[in-house]
Amino acid sequence: MAVSVDEAVGTRPARDRTPRARRFGGRGRAVLEVALLTVLAAVMLFPALWMIETSIKENRDVYAIPAKFFDFKVTMDHFKDVFVASGGGRSTLSDSFLNSVVVAGASTALATVLGVPAAWAYSRFAVKAKKDQLFFILSTRFMPPVVVVIPIFLMYRQVGLIDTKLGLILIYAAFNIPFTIWMMKGFVDEVPAEYEDAAMLDGYTRLQAFWRFTLPLLLPGIAATAVFALIFSWNEFVFAIFLTSSDSVRTAPPAIAGLIGGTTVDWGLVAAASVVFALPVLVFAYLVRRHLVAGVTLGAVRR
Amino acid sequence: MAGIEVTALHKRYPDGTVAVDHVDLSVRDGELFVMLGPSGCGKTTTLRAIAGLERQTTGDIRIGDTLVNDLPPAERDIAMVFQFYALYPHLRTRDNLAFPLRAEGLPRAEVRERVDEAARLMRLGPLLDRRPRRLSGGEQQRVALARALVRRPRAFLMDEPLTNLDAELRADMRTEIKHLQGELGTTMVYVTHDQVEAMSLGHRIAILNKGRVEQIGTPLEVYDRPASLFCAAFIGSPPMNLIEVEVADGKLRSKDGLVFTPPPGLPRDRRLVAGVRPEALEVTEPGAERSVPARLISAEWLGDEIIYVVDHGGRRDVRVRMPPTVRFAADAPVGLRHLGGTPAVYDVSTEELVA
Repeated sequence: MAVSVDEAVGTRPARDRTPRARRFGGRGRAVLEVALLTVLAAVMLFPALWMIETSIKENRDVYAIPAKFFDFKVTMDHFKDVFVASGGGRSTLSDSFLNSVVVAGASTALATVLGVPAAWAYSRFAVKAKKDQLFFILSTRFMPPVVVVIPIFLMYRQVGLIDTKLGLILIYAAFNIPFTIWMMKGFVDEVPAEYEDAAMLDGYTRLQAFWRFTLPLLLPGIAATAVFALIFSWNEFVFAIFLTSSDSVRTAPPAIAGLIGGTTVDWGLVAAASVVFALPVLVFAYLVRRHLVAGVTLGAVRR
Repeated sequence: MAGIEVTALHKRYPDGTVAVDHVDLSVRDGELFVMLGPSGCGKTTTLRAIAGLERQTTGDIRIGDTLVNDLPPAERDIAMVFQFYALYPHLRTRDNLAFPLRAEGLPRAEVRERVDEAARLMRLGPLLDRRPRRLSGGEQQRVALARALVRRPRAFLMDEPLTNLDAELRADMRTEIKHLQGELGTTMVYVTHDQVEAMSLGHRIAILNKGRVEQIGTPLEVYDRPASLFCAAFIGSPPMNLIEVEVADGKLRSKDGLVFTPPPGLPRDRRLVAGVRPEALEVTEPGAERSVPARLISAEWLGDEIIYVVDHGGRRDVRVRMPPTVRFAADAPVGLRHLGGTPAVYDVSTEELVA
């Protein structure tokens, strides 16, 4: 039957018919659980809430003792400072945000363009030592990235990629390609190869069959995979701080970190920059949330 | 239309697995030819090689008079129906049918005419404007068949097309496919692991095992005289009883006293096994004429028949097919009798039919 990835997510688990109270052993226990979860949520979310609050407080309220939770004047000045330099014109922070967009976007695109066809090939063809190859590809993600920072730094210095956006794009793509191949292979496996067979019998070449029939069915999977890759590139800090130095190349994470230090710290600006930085990935993740679940639970759902 | 010749086909994958060891087939023009075998026997790989979806390692494939070894699937003028139907999910039934014709670049009027014809033949009228997702399994398979028909190919290749349907629908579609093939007279190669499907559909059946052809013959030939112990065990439900026998006094005798008429030309110096169909045996009252003493182990009441499992002191229990009117109590002492006729006889060491 025709299958799309959406179907793997769409089914809801059968409703548990046991009455609530009996499952949890009494109403009192249910109340306790909700209360504990609320406390836990408050603790977990507090830093994010505090960041948002700080970003809209005036400076004297930021430093007020005791801290002001509710009765402070709301201001958007910090957000203005994120984008506009004090003397007018664009701020260096806004430059670094732009750099982040370019680097994360380009590295994700590169990883997708290279990784999706590779995943397709691994899924469809009998490749010699396929399992070993796939394991080798995956093994590049076993080590923490930080252990290769020094070798990469030395290599980049030799080839002149230090302090370039291209350098960051390449290294992020290198980290994202194994991930893309593995995740996309799962999605390709789910699309019956018969579509391509049928298309080939109908007069298309193998590549045309892939392009015209399999690829459209893979789009949700590609979106989910790309968002994961995008989040990785967007958040990456270690390589960004080691491999870049100038304001014109630096991405947002090291730029925001750079605001802390010196004699005074403008916490309002730091918080506002952090909020601006966090928003895009949150929005993306929200847009493709259904497919993210599909990607995470891949293989767990049997048709 | 055309026959299909497969000569010395061998397919080995890069990872070293041999899917097809050595296969010779000759499918006649207008024949419904069934390839039957367990999973992994190479039947699907052979079919895909004929279709051009796999490139054989060595061997030749001819469709009609054309050597098609190096032709891409589209130029072989064949149509294929898949187990998962492979209807394009984004196209309505009508466009799914028209798709291969448009790919060929036929004029619009002819496309419409041929689609209507195929839709009429497969009774798809009400389904023409639906997408595959809105069709049931049986309907999808009918559309897939129609999509193969519109091409008017020289041969149909069917890769387990009924496996995903439920039992009742499968029987209906089987009849439909057989009828259709008879009406169109198009060569059809049909792959299945279901012996009932093979027996009821095929003009001839090829039984494959481990990448080799074990036997090719009409359904009756294959049923009556399986060419090897593998075929004997694969065809028929319950399968043939295999009883060790020796030649003595011009008769075949089993250790426990069953006596069979030997086929002519039996070698004397080999260990032999007689293949006896469950319906060639009979459960009798104990001590009946020509019967050997035996004990009932179990009985399967199937409604139209009863399968008795009988222990007659041999190495293996035998299965006997009896009409539903003949009933014996479980665990009762009974007699076991051969109804006559010459059984197929196999060599134990080569596992092949000797006479």
